[in-house]
Amino acid sequence: MTSHFGLMVIFSLFVSVVFATLMRDEPREQLKFGGRLLAGFIGAGVVIGWLLYPLPL
Amino acid sequence: MPATTADRAQPDTTAYLICAAAWLVPGVGHLWLGRRQKGIVFLVALTLMFVFGLWLEGALFPFQLAEPLVALGALADLGVGLPYILARATGAGAGRVVAITYEYGNTFVIVAGLLNMLVVLDAFDIAKGRK
Repeated sequence: MTSHFGLMVIFSLFVSVVFATLMRDEPREQLKFGGRLLAGFIGAGVVIGWLLYPLPL
Repeated sequence: MPATTADRAQPDTTAYLICAAAWLVPGVGHLWLGRRQKGIVFLVALTLMFVFGLWLEGALFPFQLAEPLVALGALADLGVGLPYILARATGAGAGRVVAITYEYGNTFVIVAGLLNMLVVLDAFDIAKGRK
């Protein structure tokens, strides 16, 4: 497993699961909140990745 | 939601004991307080995240006070409790700096410890009847 995107998705999944479980009590709410967090993390990662793309190292 | 032992505030000593248990084994504080679903999720997710970080060849940082960032990393690693102690005892977490996943591994291990610290604080709030 060396795909940057894959690792970012797995990391986001772990963090979303823990935050959703911490911040919501009902399983249904946890699922909704966790899904929104996961989508937000992945979306932000992709957007920031593209914003950084033209920058020289 | 069914009534649990957390519906009434615990005495200070019990609350601190719950915190210690929650630090040592991720999720155990919530299990102790009757929040079974949350406890199991924390136990599985945080332990898996830590192990995944080690599998990605991340390092367990040493406590080097001369290097403040390394010391902070070590403190964060320690946050996950027993998995950290077991990894140290078995010689896991040496890290391989040249591995392509080294930084990812470090991130997984560090964040697992930091998230467990949040979980401990949440268990304390529940034990004190604030949640």
